[in-house]
Amino acid sequence: MQAFKKITATVAPLDRANVDTDAIIPKQFLKSIRRAGFGPYLFDEWRYQDVGEPEMDCTNRPLNKDFVLNNPDYKGAEILLTRENFGCGSSREHAPWALEDYGFRAIIAPSFADIFYNNCFKNGLLPIVLPAEVVDGLFKEVTAGYQLTIDLEAQTIITPKGKVIGFEVDESRKYRLYNGLDDIALSLLQADKIKAYEAERAKRAPWLFA
Amino acid sequence: MSAKTLYDKLWDDHVVHTEEDGSALIYIDRQLIHEVTSPQAFESLRLAGRAPWRTERNLAVADHNVPTTDRSAGIADPVSRLQVETLDKNCAEFGITEFGMTDLRQGIVHVVGPEQGATLPGMTVVCGDSHTSTHGASGALAFGIGTSEVEHALATQCLIQKKSKNFLIKVNGQASAGVTAKDIVLAIIGEIGTAGGNGYAIEFAGSAITDLSMEGRMTVCNMAIEAGARAGLIAVDDVTIDYYRDRPYSPKGEHWFMAERMWQKLHSDLDAIFDKVVEIDATIIKPQVTWGTSPEMVVPIDAEVPNPVDEFDAVKQQSMRNALDYMGLQAGQAITDIQIDKVFIGSCTNSRIEDMRAAAVMVEGKKIAANIKLALVVPGSGLVKQQAEQEGLDKIFISAGFEWREPGCSMCLAMNADKLTAGERCASTSNRNFEGRQGYGGRTHLVSPAMAAAAAIAGHFVDIRDWR
Repeated sequence: MQAFKKITATVAPLDRANVDTDAIIPKQFLKSIRRAGFGPYLFDEWRYQDVGEPEMDCTNRPLNKDFVLNNPDYKGAEILLTRENFGCGSSREHAPWALEDYGFRAIIAPSFADIFYNNCFKNGLLPIVLPAEVVDGLFKEVTAGYQLTIDLEAQTIITPKGKVIGFEVDESRKYRLYNGLDDIALSLLQADKIKAYEAERAKRAPWLFA
Repeated sequence: MSAKTLYDKLWDDHVVHTEEDGSALIYIDRQLIHEVTSPQAFESLRLAGRAPWRTERNLAVADHNVPTTDRSAGIADPVSRLQVETLDKNCAEFGITEFGMTDLRQGIVHVVGPEQGATLPGMTVVCGDSHTSTHGASGALAFGIGTSEVEHALATQCLIQKKSKNFLIKVNGQASAGVTAKDIVLAIIGEIGTAGGNGYAIEFAGSAITDLSMEGRMTVCNMAIEAGARAGLIAVDDVTIDYYRDRPYSPKGEHWFMAERMWQKLHSDLDAIFDKVVEIDATIIKPQVTWGTSPEMVVPIDAEVPNPVDEFDAVKQQSMRNALDYMGLQAGQAITDIQIDKVFIGSCTNSRIEDMRAAAVMVEGKKIAANIKLALVVPGSGLVKQQAEQEGLDKIFISAGFEWREPGCSMCLAMNADKLTAGERCASTSNRNFEGRQGYGGRTHLVSPAMAAAAAIAGHFVDIRDWR
């Protein structure tokens, strides 16, 4: 997993609430058995005028000019600014895979759906929760080439005017993301505790160990 | 010892290790696996040279991609076929039990789990599917996970989790005739919103909940995720225990009696404290119909399509305008005037035997309306299908003009051949009315099985409380 330390990057504003995972990556692309290559299909139904299919070459597909990611002002954006409950719906990790594959590194919103939020941290993506009025303020400021600096260690966002906005993140999630660590390897360090738990649980609930 | 909620009890019972910041390693008793969210997990496991921690705690079944028509020729779509074959191959390689596409026990993972007794009260249950919340109906802590966590659960039999907050939704009184578990849960989502449960585990309680069968309870917990909560829970009672007696994977002999004693404690203590409580009066809930592109965009059958100008929040108002535009509806239009093109009865929300019966009652001796292009009934599992056929329900549906299909997720998310085309309008018993969910440009209205069946006969939505 790619570590997240500090980035300064262009912000793309996606002014919609309740953006669901079906919108982030439509179901036909979930048929892939690979983890990479979802970026071209990110927000497929909003981004293109035709119907996307798996493995399709997207270079010549008709673009929906009104969609934010097709606006040259936000080309190369690595930060997505959006509204509440982003990532609601299914648990598909293809949603963060698609965002990450497209090039996003951070998402700022007033709230996220729980499963999506959790999935982001497994893929080097930093979801940042800010109060709705702060998000609203950022939406008003975003123009062509607008950039923010996000510093995970300091837990701060710095605007072009130098305003510093703090954000919260769990210590353990921050540690893993900052260092790009593999969760499984860390959890397996607790193997003795897992075995001890199983031995004790097998006495209380033997039918789960039959 | 302080009073605990059901969620607290389940959480405490599964903590292996807690970090300083409160995140914990939680033991997982059962993982359900399907073809869509598992291939990358198996691939990573293979690349890292890891084996499953406890192979026998995993159970796999293909459901999302499988055809609901004749399966003897396999899957026509090569991409879908590869995904299902990949599941078969991975299960064989790692020694995981899989119910194959032609196994009578095959079906939607959230129907199969309880039906087999593979998900039981008191368990932690995970699956790479958000509707895993379904299994909370049995007093289990069940939630959906992403593919990285599927791999983590395979490799360690644990997950790193942060404890959610406790949310109690009490549905008091008795629901009226024609008002089902689906209507109750849609009314709840209409009340608290699709983000209302974010960060919480929701326990559903109250007489309208305990009056429900296990099937109905599963419908309610299934849609907890549509209210933003990863987990929905219902306390164990005699209905729960009777349901699990003699299921293939249920405990046997002395273990059954031990389990029963333990399960009877799976309820919130009387003086347990919840972070949030909402009380809902079941007696005023009417049959529900969604009109928009989010499950919270829901109204009673006798209402009209709402007007965005009545919404003061600018973001919500814009969402309503987008939804009306996508759905091709006018504010003020009566819900009962909405004509439909297709009907889908199925999904992990509403494809159990009780749902089949409720729909069959509405269509018996009738014919689907001339404007209905397709009316599908997709049972949740091979066993549900078999039971329904033994009761003659298949004949009732077929003679009314419905198609009676093989089990799977089908048109709930249209990953197989069952889908809407652009502009088509569907009365659906599934759980999500998102844009494009049932097919590119398709328009979904979420309803109960009885409401969907009645709409198929009438050609438009009807109030089943006064419709015959």
